[in-house]
Amino acid sequence: MAQRTYLQAISDGLREEMRRDERVFVMGEDVGAFGGAFKVTDGLLEEFGAERVRDTPIAEAGIIGTAVGAAIAGLRPVCEMQFADFIACGFDQLVNVAAKMHYRLGLAVPLTVRLPSGGGFSGGPFHSQNPEAWFMHAPGLKVLAPSTPQDAKGMLAAAIRDPNPVVFLEHKHLYRRVRDEVPDGAYATQPRARLAREGTDATVIAYGAMVHAALEAAGGIDASVEVLDLRSLVPLDEEAILASVRRTSKVLVLDEANRTCAAGAQVASLIADRGFEDLDAPVRRLATPDVPIPFSPPLEQAVLPSVDAIGEAIRELLAY
Amino acid sequence: MAVLELADAREPDLLQDADRLGLLRHMLAMRAVEERALKLYKQGRIPGSMYDGRGQEAISVAATWALAGADAVCSPLIRDLGAHLVRGTDLADIFRHYMGRRNPLSQGREGNVHFGDRRRGVVGMVSMLPDMMVVAVGLAMAFRMRGEQRCALTFFGDGATSRGDWHEAMNWAALDKLPVVFVLENNQMAYSTPTARQFAVDPVHRAAGYGIQACTVDGNDPEAVFGAVWHARRRALAGEGPTLVEAVTMRMHGHGAHDDARYVDPELVRTWSLRDPIDLFGARMRGRGADVVALSAEVDAEVEAAVQAALATPMADPATATDGVFCTAEPEPLGTGPSRYSGYAGAA
Ligand SMILES: Cc1ncc(C[n+]2csc(CCOP(=O)(O)OP(=O)(O)O)c2C)c(N)n1
Repeated sequence: MAQRTYLQAISDGLREEMRRDERVFVMGEDVGAFGGAFKVTDGLLEEFGAERVRDTPIAEAGIIGTAVGAAIAGLRPVCEMQFADFIACGFDQLVNVAAKMHYRLGLAVPLTVRLPSGGGFSGGPFHSQNPEAWFMHAPGLKVLAPSTPQDAKGMLAAAIRDPNPVVFLEHKHLYRRVRDEVPDGAYATQPRARLAREGTDATVIAYGAMVHAALEAAGGIDASVEVLDLRSLVPLDEEAILASVRRTSKVLVLDEANRTCAAGAQVASLIADRGFEDLDAPVRRLATPDVPIPFSPPLEQAVLPSVDAIGEAIRELLAY
Repeated sequence: MAVLELADAREPDLLQDADRLGLLRHMLAMRAVEERALKLYKQGRIPGSMYDGRGQEAISVAATWALAGADAVCSPLIRDLGAHLVRGTDLADIFRHYMGRRNPLSQGREGNVHFGDRRRGVVGMVSMLPDMMVVAVGLAMAFRMRGEQRCALTFFGDGATSRGDWHEAMNWAALDKLPVVFVLENNQMAYSTPTARQFAVDPVHRAAGYGIQACTVDGNDPEAVFGAVWHARRRALAGEGPTLVEAVTMRMHGHGAHDDARYVDPELVRTWSLRDPIDLFGARMRGRGADVVALSAEVDAEVEAAVQAALATPMADPATATDGVFCTAEPEPLGTGPSRYSGYAGAA
């Protein structure tokens, strides 16, 4: 076990999978000599060469589309979007070409798309989005969002080994901020939900960077608050969610994405549908209001769910 | 980057008489299947919509004929049924698929020419034009990475040349000199929009701007199409990069069965009707001693038997409607299955 940042863990995961399976290759803008916009692919070019670490033109539809072709041909492409926001330019290839291929034609598309997503660092409206809900609504795509270095490495391996197209959300605000013990060597983490903190009085359900905010908020409250880290949005670990509701009877669903139709809305609806009898309070949701993410730090902080706001929401829930 | 000379692209000596008969047979079959399918559509037996490529048979048939079996066709479009026929897809399964009956091609989840067959190296189309062009580029990229002597061929219409994915595919393929053959089916219409309202610069000339070789051939002459694609494939495998083959033709009917094409100048259609690819090539083959009438009757009988088999097949099972969204097994890559598929004997 070594201390690794979230970013290093993703990089390690990629390297291990490339060593383990020669079908795996990475492509994206500036992923080669430059090592990627965030340096996730740093060093891969030296080890694996330009055939397997491919710099692409600025062509997001091309990146996803050629990856679909390579996947159909039997390879295991891992695409990097420079920023998650740019997936919009390759959206059609992902939702219409990749996602429907197996259902329509029985043709598998083992493809991983890495999306550096999320805000918190003045990236502004084009470099801060959390686009996961777009993909949750497209049948045929799996959607993963790790929150810890250990998960980031293991879940990336699971994504690469999956015979389906997987959207892998890596929260860029976690890249260098979280560090943890990460097992050496290749391993795959099955993306079921994980209890990040056990509790009996209330549950906060979150994923990605919001897991850390939830843990911080829960730690500052004089009550037993559970934090459930979803890890996978598609498939959603419904049983783990309902089990936590049964334990605590009060739920806050937390989401960094814009509120309307966010992943958390699906979780809340699941609880209303199948966990209603276990509830002692209405399901609460905290998310980013429906605005593009603003640039100026005070504006950005005003819209993203803060630890204080999360703490307040938990207290209100406990007091209900 | 020069536009290839037509004479250069056309190498009729490549074809044996057996090839010519094969071309004619598949063109006749494409016509027969589509005419029969239009009847079934009008009888309400084919749900949804019906699109066909009558008058354009020479293109998909001859282009696919010029490939080897291991090459990928990605993807035949609504006027390219011939590609599937050349690759040997079962006729009854095609009708079952059209009619939404139980079938191995799409299991009722798709319709029209939206099917493929992994074992035959045929990737099914998506509606979004021309999305499959970049996918074809990706296939070519994979072939190159593994050092395989295979190319990918992709079809598209004149209308499809206006979208961004077309440009991304052309640029990308040229950059890496990938083994791709781009077949532009210029039938002068995109739904009701003529090419004059589609682009200011002809795609063949645009190709040169991307660093891609291009040539224009008579899309109603299967031997011309064959020669151009054969040549393009040879370039692709020699590492000389992609080629764009423009096959010029005319759409002889509406965009689909629902469209009476009232917006097309009837005189234009009349002139092109004198150049029907099956009539012309059939006459040429009769001159070489072929019994075209007998061949046609044979094909018609096969098609009718396929229709009857399809009509006797139950509709797709509603219990399967939510199956198969995700793949649960290790996938097999394209064109590696056990079945035989046809390819040009002289391609290797
Ligand atoms: C991106 C996209 N926009 C619109 C359509 C609807 N559409 C289907 S076929 C067609 C015309 C296509 O023309 P062309 O590419 O020239 O092919 P042709 O029908 O002439 O064979 C249109 C507009 C589509 N399939 N994809």
